[in-house]
Amino acid sequence: MSILPEDLRFTPSHEWVRVEEDIIVVGITDYAQTLLGELVYVELPDVGDIINQDEDCAVVESVKAASDVYCPVAGEIIEINDDLEDEPNLVNDDPYGNGWLFKLHMDKPEQLDDLMTAEEYQKQVADEAH
Amino acid sequence: MHTGLYDEHLALKGKIVDFHGWSLPLNYGSQIEEHHAVRRKVGMFDVSHMTVIDLHGEKVVAYLRKILSNDISTLTSRRALYSCMLNEHGGVIDDLIVYQFNDHYFRLVVNSATREKDLDWLKKWAVEFSVSVEEAQDKCIIAVQGPEALAIIQSIFSEARTQISELKPFHFIQIKDYFIAQTGYTGEKGVEIIASPAQSIVLWRKLLGAGVQPCGLGARDTLRLEAGLNLYGSDMDDKTSPLTSNLAWTVVFSDDRDFIGKKFLANEKKEGITAKLVGLILNDKGVLRTGQKVVLADGREGMITSGGYSPTLEKGIALARLPLPLTTAHVDIRGSLKSVAIVTPNFVRHGTPVYKPLVL
Repeated sequence: MSILPEDLRFTPSHEWVRVEEDIIVVGITDYAQTLLGELVYVELPDVGDIINQDEDCAVVESVKAASDVYCPVAGEIIEINDDLEDEPNLVNDDPYGNGWLFKLHMDKPEQLDDLMTAEEYQKQVADEAH
Repeated sequence: MHTGLYDEHLALKGKIVDFHGWSLPLNYGSQIEEHHAVRRKVGMFDVSHMTVIDLHGEKVVAYLRKILSNDISTLTSRRALYSCMLNEHGGVIDDLIVYQFNDHYFRLVVNSATREKDLDWLKKWAVEFSVSVEEAQDKCIIAVQGPEALAIIQSIFSEARTQISELKPFHFIQIKDYFIAQTGYTGEKGVEIIASPAQSIVLWRKLLGAGVQPCGLGARDTLRLEAGLNLYGSDMDDKTSPLTSNLAWTVVFSDDRDFIGKKFLANEKKEGITAKLVGLILNDKGVLRTGQKVVLADGREGMITSGGYSPTLEKGIALARLPLPLTTAHVDIRGSLKSVAIVTPNFVRHGTPVYKPLVL
């Protein structure tokens, strides 16, 4: 498995989070996109939606299956990745970059403490794979 | 279980999954590229998990006219026919292809998930007709499919080039120990080749060398769905009639034979068919999935029996069993109703969209 970006935080359900002051960028991990296979559709929340922590707020659909995306930290959606409408495969090709899903303004930044470090997530993935 | 080509899949880095007890590749990297290879050029599949059964006997014709809903009396030597095998209640035990070698020797290729119940049923009825039912062991089946498939097969079996060029759909030939039939499950031209594992490995490698794309179970499913070819266990099973499964064309009600399930189906026809297997195309972006509920304009409900994403149409497509009469319809996707077009259950053939609207 590829090296994880050290600056990100991770959830047990395979979302990643990049913190930019009181805003977070959210996507799914490289491991998650590999498990899902080629994405053919991404359903994103609407800008302005208020989402709770761990609430399902997006769906990624591959040739194989549909999978929910859970919100890592409570807050308001301020931007979504419109490019995914025509190119859902960006999530496969560049999961930590152009394949981001949405940006959210955090209500409860303290919930970031619930997330895993790259090292902790790496360990979870290693356990799942065996 | 492993097919004789298992090591070839590993060497090609196939993503191996369990399929009814068989370890088979889901894909070799990209399912969508494999799908397009078959629609645009040529691809190959290991379908060795399928069950091959040879039938011998003086009364094998009478036997098959009893147990198959399609009528094999239309066959001659070296020809094949698609048929259902029904129970007494008109339910589909399995769908299969029957091949005629001669009047006393036929071959069936049936599904792998249904192997045991098929063999039990075939043997049960074989007693009355003194037919021997023998499963072919130690064989492989390679399907080579796509617009360039027949040309490649001609070049590989160059000593039989003329014979292969004259091979018609649903005909087969035997070249040395290779059984080559012009059949398939993709909606493209192509062949399915039965041979020993050792010969199949040689053939697989020759095909690979000729540029044929290896394809996994994933592409096999999206190709057959686009072609509107039913999947046993999803689109029909022991409890569904061929008449509500888009398979009425495979049931021959001639007066001179009494096939199993005939009485039930004749009665069903008389009382009026109440459901139909149709095609659906999602109007919005997204994917249709097996098991999703279909809601008609007046509230009556049906169900998606096979759903997925069509790489050719770049849309969500499905086969669905809907109650008659048809109206406009929506599909319940995670609680929201999405509009779908109801079309003929045959989306793509020979690389081209062929579906037509059933409800305007």
